[in-house]
Formats: sequence, C-alpha cells, structure tokens
Amino acid sequence: MNPFFAALAGAVDLITHADQKLVDIISLSLKVSATAVVIASVLGLAIGAIVSVTRFTGRGMVIAALNATMGLPPVVIGLVVYLLLSRAGPLGHYGLLFTPPAMVIAQVILITPIIAALSRQILEDAWREYQDQFASLGIKNASAAATLIWDCRFSLVTIALAGLGRACAEVGAVMIVGGNIDGVTRTMTTAIALETTKGDLPLALSLGIVLVAIVLAINIVAQWLKSFAERRYG
Amino acid sequence: MKHFMQSKLQRIFAGAAFTLSLALTQTPAQAQEKFITLASTTSTEQSGLFGHILPIFKKATGIDVRVVALGTGQALDTARRGDADVVFVHDKAAEEKFVADGFGIERIEVMYNDFVLVGPKADPAKSTGRDIAAGLKNIANAKAAFVSRGDKSGTHAAELRYWKAAGVDLDTTKGAWYRETGSGMGPALNTASAMNAYILTDRGTWLAFKNRGELSIQIEGDTKLFNQYGVMLVNPSKHAHIKQELGQQFIGWLVSAEGQRAIAEYKIGGEQLFFPNAKPAMKKAA
Repeated sequence: MNPFFAALAGAVDLITHADQKLVDIISLSLKVSATAVVIASVLGLAIGAIVSVTRFTGRGMVIAALNATMGLPPVVIGLVVYLLLSRAGPLGHYGLLFTPPAMVIAQVILITPIIAALSRQILEDAWREYQDQFASLGIKNASAAATLIWDCRFSLVTIALAGLGRACAEVGAVMIVGGNIDGVTRTMTTAIALETTKGDLPLALSLGIVLVAIVLAINIVAQWLKSFAERRYG
Repeated sequence: MKHFMQSKLQRIFAGAAFTLSLALTQTPAQAQEKFITLASTTSTEQSGLFGHILPIFKKATGIDVRVVALGTGQALDTARRGDADVVFVHDKAAEEKFVADGFGIERIEVMYNDFVLVGPKADPAKSTGRDIAAGLKNIANAKAAFVSRGDKSGTHAAELRYWKAAGVDLDTTKGAWYRETGSGMGPALNTASAMNAYILTDRGTWLAFKNRGELSIQIEGDTKLFNQYGVMLVNPSKHAHIKQELGQQFIGWLVSAEGQRAIAEYKIGGEQLFFPNAKPAMKKAA
C-alpha cells in the first residue's frame, strides 16, 4: 500500500481506537499549548496595545524587534530556556526542567512576539482610523487601547489561534526543555519525532494527521463561535 | 494614566502567575510521586529495554524512572549540570572521566550489547565478515558511502575507535563518502537507509528499527564490537538536590539478580538484546 494511504488508514485507526496513552499525549499537548496561548495573549496584547497607541523615541526599533522575534527559531528558544532552568542555571532552584511548566515557558516566549506584533499592527490600523475622534472626545491612551481591543476582538481571536497553531506544531523547543519523557512531557510533536527516529514512518505520519485533525477541529469550533458572535453582537 | 497602567500591568502579571500555577498543579500527580530522572542513551530507550524493565522496577519499589534519552555525551552533560539523578550510558572512557572529575560517585558495569555494521545487501565494499577492522578498511578503500553519527555519542566514540584500529586516518581520507549527520541513531539509520550507505549501529536499535530499506547486517560477532553499559549516581556533593537514596535504589536493583534477570529477559523477535554482566561483588552490595 502507498505509504500515504497507510498513514491515513493508521490515523483513522488511531482516532477510532484511541488508547489511554494517546489520549494523555493529546491532552498534555493541548493543555501546554492552551496555557501558553492564554499567557502569551495577555502579554502580547498588552505589548501590542501599548506600542500601538503611544508614541516614544525608539518606537520604530521596538516594532522592528517585535517583527523580527516572530522568526525566533524554536531550538534557540529551547536552548535558552534549558540553560535558564537547568540546575546549573539561574532559575535551576525551582527544578522546572523536564516538566510541563518548562514547556509552557518556552512556548510563551515563542508565541508572545507573534501575538504582540500582529495585534500591534491591527490595533494601530484601527487607532489611525479613530485617532481624531479619541482626541476630540479627550479619551486617554489607556481607555483608547481598551476600546480598540474590544473593537478588534474578532481579528484578535484569529491572532490567538495563529499562536495556538504555532504552539501545537512546535517541536524543537519542547523537545529540549521537556525531554520527551514518556508519560510526563511527551507531546504530539515529540511523539512524532520519536516515531520518525525509530523508523516507523507510517505511525509518525498517522500521529501527524491526528495532530492536524485536532488543530483543524479547534479552528472550526473557533470559526463557528466567531461567526455566531459576530451575527449576534457584531 | 500612569497609575492606571500600573494597576493594569499588575493585574496582567497576577493573571499570568495564576495561570502558570494552574498549569503547575495540573501536572500529573508530580508532587506525591516518588521519581528519579535518568539521563540515558537512545539505544536503551528506543530499543524498548526501558519499556520492559522500568515497569518491573516500579512494581517492586514504587519509584517512577523518568528517562531523558540522549546521546552518551549529551547525557553526561545533562548529569554534569545536575539535571539528572542517575546516568546510564555506554562510553567507558567518557564515564571514567565523569567519575574522575567528581561528577559521578562510582561507575558500575551493568550489561553489554554489541554493535553491528549495517550496509547495502549488495555490499559494494565487500565488507562482510567477522572482522570490523578489515571491513572498515575495505569501505575506506572503496570510498563506499558511510554514515557517521558525528554527535559525540557513545556509538560515535566507538566508531572513531574502530576506524583507528583499522588504521584509517579519517582526517586525511575522509571525503564525500564519509557523511557526518550529527544526529541520533534513528535519524542516522533513516539517512543511511535513504542513501543505501554503511553505518555502525547498536544491535538493539537496529532490531527495533523499521525503515531498513536495502540495508542488512554485514559484520557482527567480532568481540571488539562488544559495548559495555555503565551506571552512575550523580554526585550529591556537586548538586545538593540529587535524589541519592532513590537513585542508589535504582542502581542497586539494576545489578541485583532480579534486575539482571529483567534485562536478560528482554527480546525482540526471540533475540536477546542486552547481556547482563554486573560483577557478583556488586550484586552482593546491592
């Protein structure tokens, strides 16, 4: 059988006969990535909002830096977080290396710039539109930012979903800081990497298809919620 | 305005801290569970040995062993940084240096397996036989494609020793035929399979490996190919948080009659992968 069909059949089999182990791996992946997205959204939105409505010297540099850090290689982030959390590192005391929180930290660093840079652009575009109105009504920056965030909420949800997609798909950083420990820090992506390593390419591809299916399902639900909310409250 | 921003930021940080602590507490029963972190090699993890023996150990002692599978060099590095309690690897020279430098307490031999030279079934370099030195010499002479781990793993260190024993000076002879991949055993085997190249691998990983393509074993059975595994407790005087007692318990079990039996029992397709050889004196001490 063609390896792609074999993988597809394998994926269907994995989903219909999901064993506890696979369920645990999937739920760990989602838990880690969702936690990271929540934290990164709060941080990223705050950064994006501040940069979009304020004017200060060096602002251009900050924007360039934000845009550049969207391209941070996950392996480099993994390495930095590893060295920070390692027992020999500055935060070693907390013993976080090779635990799920270590993976959350790495993913937060990975996706905060994405959320900050994209939301900065969206909020700034909206700010240009309303700038004069805010000024004439005497609205301060902070409340202007809050208004803009509320106004752009549907676009901002898409950004958060982009962050979630990035977090779920990432393997380089979680492999290093999580250690791919069976039952503790094994996620979908590290499991895929492991099966590839073992030469079981069809199983690796099947797991990949399962991952894509889950991310797709999340996006379908989000899309549905979004259009529902837009109709209702938009 | 400044005040507003400040309180907002405070709320944001409080929220972030809260979420992170939520994530922390959701970690599967970590706090109550007795566990040690074991830095080991891909050969022991991916061959399925740990999947067989660790549940037996856990049943006997209630201790969960969390395996981080790396190359030997990286595993020793991880232990040196204090990120593992016990290290279980296969590069005698590097292990002895680890102990001599004070990072490990004592190196205890546990078991051995063997390396095999794998290559294309057609064997263009005429390497087949029982003599690893002669086989490698033929490969170098024929400039047949050879994949090296190139990652400072135990297998990589062994490979370099065998080239030396074969009288091949890699620095002067290596060319396009000698391909350093800088990757683990599995990825290197995937590469060799795709290139139809020769490669040195441990038998366990080879037996468990599925993507063999046109490759088969060319050289096996040379006593020089035996590959000794040693286990060491990371020195608690270097890193105070090392779980000395639990780690010692694991090491003691590995060399005990029960542990040695569990290692010997593990087979793939009826073939035994690892041969326990802990010294009797150590068995008694355990």
